Order: sequence, then structure tokens, then C-alpha cells
Amino acid sequence: MDDLLREFLTETNESLDVVDVELVKFEQNPNDAKILDNIFRLVHTIKGTCGFLGLPRLEALAHAAETLMGKFRDGVPVTGAAVSLILTSIDRIKDILGELEEMEGQEPEGSDADLISQLEHMAEHGADAVLDPSADAAGAPAEDGAADTDDDPPLVVQALERDLRPGEVSLDELERAFQETDVEIVPVEDEAVAEAPPEAPAAEPAPEPVAAPVAVAAPAAAAAPKPAAARPEKAKDHEAKGDQKHNVSNQSIRVHVETLEDLMTMVSELVLTRNQLLEIVRQHEDSEFKVPLQRLSNVTAELQEGVMKTRMQPIGNAWQKLPRIVRDLAQELDKQIELEMVGADTELDRQVLELIKDPLTHMVRNSADHGLETKEGRQTAGKSAIGKIRLSAYHEGGHIIIEVADDGRGLDKDRICAKILANGLATEAEVEKMTEAQIFKHLFHAGFSTAAKVTNVSGRGVGMDVVRTNIEQIGGTIDLKSTAGAGTSVIIKIPLTLAIVSALIVEAAGDRFAIPQLSVVELVRVHENSEHRIERIKETPVLRLRNKLLPLVHMSQLLGQEKAGFAADATHDDNGFIVVMQVGSQNFGIVVDGVFHTEEIVVKPMTSMLRNITMFSGNTILGDGSVIMIIDPNGIAQEISSEVTEGQQSAADVEAAAGIETLSMLLFRAGSPEPKAVPLSLVTRLEEFNVNKIETANGRDLVQYRGSLMPLVYVSDMMHRRTEGTQPMLVFTDNGRSMGLVVDEIVDIVEDQLKIEISSDTPGLLGSAVIKGIATEIVDVGHFLPLAFPDWFQRNEMQTQIVAKELLYVDDSSFFRNMLSPVLKAAGFNVTTRESADDAMVLLEKGRRFDVIVTDIEMPGMDGFAFAEALRGDERWRDLPVIAVSAICTPASIDKGRAAGLDDYVAKFDRPGLISALKDLTNTELGVAA
Amino acid sequence: MSVEVIEAANSNASTIQYVTVVIADQLFGLPIEQVHDVFMPDRMTRVPLSPAEVAGVLNLRGRIVTAIDMRRRLNLPPREEGASAMAVGIEFKGESYGLIIDTVGEVLNLPVAEREPNPTNLDPRWGSVSKGVHRLEGRLMVILDVSRLLETLTATIAA
Repeated sequence: MDDLLREFLTETNESLDVVDVELVKFEQNPNDAKILDNIFRLVHTIKGTCGFLGLPRLEALAHAAETLMGKFRDGVPVTGAAVSLILTSIDRIKDILGELEEMEGQEPEGSDADLISQLEHMAEHGADAVLDPSADAAGAPAEDGAADTDDDPPLVVQALERDLRPGEVSLDELERAFQETDVEIVPVEDEAVAEAPPEAPAAEPAPEPVAAPVAVAAPAAAAAPKPAAARPEKAKDHEAKGDQKHNVSNQSIRVHVETLEDLMTMVSELVLTRNQLLEIVRQHEDSEFKVPLQRLSNVTAELQEGVMKTRMQPIGNAWQKLPRIVRDLAQELDKQIELEMVGADTELDRQVLELIKDPLTHMVRNSADHGLETKEGRQTAGKSAIGKIRLSAYHEGGHIIIEVADDGRGLDKDRICAKILANGLATEAEVEKMTEAQIFKHLFHAGFSTAAKVTNVSGRGVGMDVVRTNIEQIGGTIDLKSTAGAGTSVIIKIPLTLAIVSALIVEAAGDRFAIPQLSVVELVRVHENSEHRIERIKETPVLRLRNKLLPLVHMSQLLGQEKAGFAADATHDDNGFIVVMQVGSQNFGIVVDGVFHTEEIVVKPMTSMLRNITMFSGNTILGDGSVIMIIDPNGIAQEISSEVTEGQQSAADVEAAAGIETLSMLLFRAGSPEPKAVPLSLVTRLEEFNVNKIETANGRDLVQYRGSLMPLVYVSDMMHRRTEGTQPMLVFTDNGRSMGLVVDEIVDIVEDQLKIEISSDTPGLLGSAVIKGIATEIVDVGHFLPLAFPDWFQRNEMQTQIVAKELLYVDDSSFFRNMLSPVLKAAGFNVTTRESADDAMVLLEKGRRFDVIVTDIEMPGMDGFAFAEALRGDERWRDLPVIAVSAICTPASIDKGRAAGLDDYVAKFDRPGLISALKDLTNTELGVAA
Repeated sequence: MSVEVIEAANSNASTIQYVTVVIADQLFGLPIEQVHDVFMPDRMTRVPLSPAEVAGVLNLRGRIVTAIDMRRRLNLPPREEGASAMAVGIEFKGESYGLIIDTVGEVLNLPVAEREPNPTNLDPRWGSVSKGVHRLEGRLMVILDVSRLLETLTATIAA
């Protein structure tokens, strides 16, 4: 491909992007002749150049588009359909250009007759529709003029279609005026142009051929029926702009990106070497190198800054396509959307720019689709029908902040909560405790889309997590803010550049590592005897930091240095520093032995042999000449989260082996100073009501709760009923009915084994257990539920059995495991849970004995049917009762279950049914055993 | 010049020049074209979680070099505490490596015709990285195949 063509491609692509933007602006404001002129000029230039380069297909298409635009300029009303057609043509031109580039300058085969005929038709039709004779008169000759250009592309013929009116200037005159002022500075131009009109009447309406560069001015001449006074004004504006542009292009040169990259690499090396020299001089107090080195250091810093500047591009480059996208979306979704862009000239590294382009586009699409309501929706909400998306960018301390905000409906917190629960990302109790921000963060989880219906645009559940990953890959963070009814904004914080980062140098087990500053939140010094000290929850180190628990990991442990025997007892040495890091929404602390200083480092990629170590993002040479590994905060975050789950799993194994599992318990006081407890998973919600909200009806206390009456039940008659202030209560909800269990005080939520040691005769108490070292009364929720609604469920007959039976519950859903285990436990079973049938088989193979198995049917891997068959096929477990619980309870599946050897088949939500099935089966079992 | 081209050129010539190195008393030969430099490994940075064969990374005149512990690579006992080591700098697929060996010997010019294939009973770990054996006076020299040596190492990691 020759240079000329390459230049043409680059330039045309740029021009087309501008046209996209301008056309959308034009559609909103069809009376702005300046915008139209701009578009016309660009398309015209493309056409002219195509002719010159011998690209007939492109030229024909550009020509047809130009003709239609010519009509607009002549006063034909601009319709959305017309703009769409022109946009389609421009897309086609882009496609052809793309192929042109691939085929090394060969214009692709094909015909654009379809588009051209449409364009021509519209041009004709539009012209006919307008009755204004002047427009009509101008319309026809304009086509002739264009045809001229077509025949002789390199030359743009300036044919005046009619006599100049008083006050108008011929193009040649204008041209001359500008050429004369070319060398002068811009303000003087104003004068020059101001002088032009008086000359005008003298101007001969002589059509003369004008050389190609005048393509820029041509539209001005063709714009005919305009008030005379406005004409020179507009022309001046337009010309002055073109002129300035001309000057700017003289001042800049095109440099290949690779050249800049090379330059950057060299400067990076220079920075490293300078750091090294500074380090050496630091060791020799009065060295004669000190002064010149200082100078060298300053120059290097400036050079670095300068080179960085060459890589900087305005963020507007990444935004260029957005107006078009938003416009198309608005049409598709039938919404009115206004896109506001602020700070488009904010500059950032082109490498970063490339990486955020797609996430930004995605977020804007998201705002348009999910964020903004429909026209009707907005009107009902009392907002203007036009939805606003605001895109803004600004610098803030070495970072660039990009915000995508809409004034739509805001995020639906309840729907997100429901989705969190449905996806099993958290338990209800956890969701209850989450702040709004924490809940919103879940939007960034994979497969998380709350869009009720999947549209062409979004709602497929991929997207926000990809956005987050992309942003985090470049060391950025992403945040969400939302106000219901008022809109949502996404705030992205990204570093200005990736090449040179500031890093904290730390030491762990005798080795030094660099941690990028961006993800370091703070440093905490810990000492066994100080305020900040490392505490342990069952071997897991944590730190109390401003009333929150921060999970800690020793760096040496993360990096496996301990195993290698580098530092035998590092993990148990609790004196050191904690680097508090934030990666995405995850906060954690890394325990290191020492912290040195921060240093600007140049990230060098790892050798391919070591690239598989996710813990490092690269390496670099420090000022003292040694190589240091750069920690990848993302890798660490991943490792930590997997370590945590592994830890939990192994802990669960240990406990399962002992036949005991821990349970979250809610501790409270009611009627007596001794603590009482209920399994947390049974509690739907914790509420506090003002006592004056408590009403009495039919001899019972009630409160109005979520639109219905909720009966209140007191844990103990001994309870002191408050006369003022608020009354805390535990709310239990089942099948749409709620009950409030009134307590004196909510104490804590603890994780402990539930092992009832002394059973109780007192109604309402299951018995006493030791929880966190204190004798605690375990409240039997089942006793209270029928007090509120007598028919809640009948379960008094299955009070604590004398011999606790071993029950294995297999379900892949943690939600159901949490929900059913306490129910089963309360029914007197020792419950062991497993996530999959395969895990359950492993446990059985180990020789664990169970009296009954409850299993889910739909599970990944071995399903409930296969599990039952496997059990029936082995004589060890042939007689073991197996009950299936399933969400799907059809006669066919029940038959299938029977064939597979299941003893019973119960719907998942039918708790009383499950309990009675269990009771029947285990009793017969006992009978058989006896 | 790529390794293949060098080898092609070498096989045409009647002799090949080898840089000899000693690892645990065994003499090895590396084609001289592949050896960029010989240096003392200094201030090596250990890389946690790396394969055992990777001794660490070090700064060689501004380049980051991955050091391969040849004793580990060849299943040999570790060097005695305090014994000095040398490194042979090589380039492989655009990246710099340093092979940590015990000592560097002389450069030998050996006729291609005298090269013998690996004995069939050679330790497979050695056989996979050796291109043959030269019978020298009083001792044997194993020819090291540098690309195989590093390729298998990266391959095992990738797997």
C-alpha cells in the first residue's frame, strides 16, 4: 500500500468519526447550518480524494450522500429517517475502507446501488416536498454541479448557480481574502473578512475552476438561499476554523506509535539508571557527582514527563463513537436520550485509553438501556421526557476519574438483593447486614444482570463483570452510586499511565517485593503489646481496624516461602507491618516483616518461564541494581479468596468428621439475664418498633408491618414490656406470614456448634447449650410460631427425641442447606451437609454411618436419582432410607424416584411434609433395628 | 541468526567450537555461538513459587536474566555451601537466561565426525537435553542442547 493511500485511510477514518458525531448533533439541531457545512465538507473531501485515488465505488457512494446533504443545506427539512440513511451510508463507507485496508488498497467488489438509489430517492423526494421556489431552484442545479465534480473529481468546480445577491460574496473573493490573511494571526482575519462584504457587489459572478484544496470552501458557495447578512458571518466562522486547523496541522507531525513506544522504553531505562546513580551517590556523602547528578535527575524527570505527554491523548478520542451509539440506542429503545460529555480534553496514556474504550461504551449502553426509563416512565415519574447521560472526566492526583451518570430510575435494591439470594452469593442474614454500596457491588459479579428481560442491548448478565475485570486489569477501581428515582452513576478511577508505577518496597522472609501503591490503602504497624495487634480466630489471623475485622495473610505464606524453609516461624511472629490493600471490593491485610520506601518503578514483563505465577505482575530493577518481583494485587486477592474457601472447607471437613457442624446463632436476652439463642438462618429480619406503634386487637399485640398486621409474641411472660422507646424483635416470615418475636435486647451473632446438652421441659425452649463458653437457652421457634398463627405448622409432637439420629443432607444450594439444616436439627437430627452426591459418597465410603439421607435431585455431577441408585446398588447402604427433596415434584419425577429406590419424594418447600416423612422412615428403621 | 541456521552452518563445517563447562565434575559443551557471555551470578533474587530449576532472577547490565540451576535441572546434588559458581548467558526466544554451572573451561574445536550419539542407557533426564557425546582424552564431553533444555522447562510449566 502506498503512503498516499495509507494517509488517506487514516485521515478518512478520522473524518468519518467526526461526521458521526456531527450528524447526531445536526439531527438535534437541524437549523445549525455550521454543523451541516462541517459534515458536507468532510464528505465532500472524502469524495474528492476517492476520485483522485481512483476508488470509484467509494466515490459514488460519497457522492450520493453528499447530494442528499446538499438538499438539507438548501432548506429541505431534516428527518430522522434521512439522518439514519446517511449514517448507514457512512457505515458502508467505513466497511469499504476497512476492506480497502485489508486488501492493501484494492477496492472491494460489490455494489452500493441499493443505498445510492435510496439516497437519490430521498434527495428527489425531499426536494419535491418543499414548495419554497428558491429551494427548488437551488436544488436542481446543485445536482448538476455535483455531477460536474463527479466527472472531474480532482477539480472542484465552483459553479455559481445564480447571480449574487447584494451583500453576497463570490467564493473566489473570499478565497482571495483569506489567502491574503493567511500569514497573519487569527484576530486580524476578522478584519479581513469584515472588509470582504463591501467588496462583494463588485464581484463578478464568473464561475471559475478552483483547485482541490478549496473543497473546504465549496459548500459555502453552494449554500444559497440564506439571508445576506448572515452569510459572511457564517462563512467567516467557518473559514477561520478551517484556517486554524490548517495552522495546527502545520505544527504537528504524524509519528508512528512504535517510535513513541521505543522512546518510552528508552526513557524508562534512563529513569532506572538515574535511580541507580542516585543510590550510589547517596552512599558517598560528599561526592563531586552530586550536583551534576542532581541536574541529570531533573532533566530525566522532565524528559520522562515530555515523553509521557507524547503518549497522552484526550479521552474524547474514546468517546467519539458514543453519540452515535446513544442515538442508535435511543431509536431502538424508543427513548429520548441526551448525552452530555464533560472534560473530553482530559488526557491520559493511549495504552490506558485503548483499554477503557470498550468498558466505557458498555457502561453508556447500560445507562441507556437499564438506567433510563422509557418516555412514559419518565413522565409518570414527573421527569422530563428526555433522559440524560452525563459522561465526565477529570484528573485527580495521578489518577483520572471517569464518571458515567444517568438521571434514570436508579438501582432497584430489592431486586438486587433477591438476585443475590437466588444466586446464592450471600445468605439472607448477610444481605440484611450489607450496606447499600456492598449490595450494589454485586452487580459486578459474573452472570449478574437484573434486567428483567434480555434485550438486544443488555441484560445478558455478561458485561459489568467484564467491565470490572478490564478496569482492574489496568489497576483501576470501579464504584457505583445510586439514588432510587434519581439516577445511577458509575465512577471509575484509573492510573494515568501503566508504564511507570509507584511501588512500596516491602520485605517478607528475607526477600524484597514491590507492591503497587495504587492498591495500598494504608500501613499499620502491629506489635503484640500495642493497640493494633494480630488476633486469631481459629488459626486465622485478623486485625481489628476501625471497628471492622480485616482478614490477614502473611506474605511469606502466600508466596510459599515458608514451605521452602526460608523462614520457619514467620507465620507466628506477630510483630511487623500490615499492608492494608483494596482490590475491587475486597479488603485484606498482608503481613510483612518490614517496609522500606516507595520507588518509581518501570514494570518489566516476566520471562515466559515465570509468567504462570499469578502472584507477580512483573519484575524490575531497583535503584540499588537488584531485581525485585512486583506483586500483582489481583493475583493476591484471588489467592486469598480461594484460600479462605479452602480453609472453610477443610474446617468443615474436620467438624463433619466429628459429626458436628457450626451454625450461626443469634444471641439475645428476653425476660432473664441469661442469653438465649436461635439459629440465625431461621430469622428473616431484625426490626425495632417504637412502642407507640404496637397496637392491641382481640387481646393480642400487633404492629403494622409491610402493609399487613404482624402478631407479636413475647418470649417470656417475665419480659418487661417497655412503655417508651423502641422494642427490638425478631421477625420470622414463612409463606407470606410474619410473626414478631419480641425480645429485650439483641446481643450478638456468633458462629458455634449447636449441641443441646440439657433438654428442657419449659415450652418454648429446646434446652441449654454452651455457646461461646456461656450457657445459653436455645429457643424453640417452633413453639412460638403456632402462638401467632395456630395453623403455622404442627410440630409439637416431634419434640427432642431421646436418641439423636444421624442425618446426611445433600444439596448443592447453600441457600437450602442453610434453610433446612436448622429445621432438621430442631427436629432432633444430627445434621451433616454435603454440597454434592460425590462428596456424600466419599463421606459414606469413609465409613460414616447415617440413619437417613435427605438429598436434592437437581445437582451438578451425580444427581439425586443416580445417587439413590448408587446407594441401592451397594449392600452396605441398601436399606438406608433416602428421601428426595426437590423443587420439581411431578408424578413423572416421583415415579422415576421410586424406580431409583428413593423412599420418599417431598417438595422442597414442604417442611412439615419432610419432617413427617423423616419421622415415619426413621421410626420404622428403629423398629427394624429392634 | 537463529539456532537452526547456526547449526546448519556448523554441520557444513568440519569442526564445531564448544565452550566447555563443568557441572558436578562432568564436562559439558555448549556451541560457542549460543554463548553470549560468561559472568559471576551476583545478587540473585529468589522467585517464590517458581519451578525448582529456576535459581532466581538477576540484573545483568540492565537486563533481567532468569538463572537456571543446572545441577537441579540435571538431577545432580546441590553445590557445596560456599563453593563459587559461574553462569553462562544465553538467549532463547528473545529472552535472556543464565545457566548456573560450577566452572568454565577452555574452548574446544572438535570435528563433527567424532560426535557420537547418546549412549542408550543414559539417564533420560540427561538424554533429553543432550545432543551427543565427544570422546576427549581422558574424559567425555556431553553436548548440551540449549533449546531443548529451556523448551522442556517452559513446557512443563505450561502444562
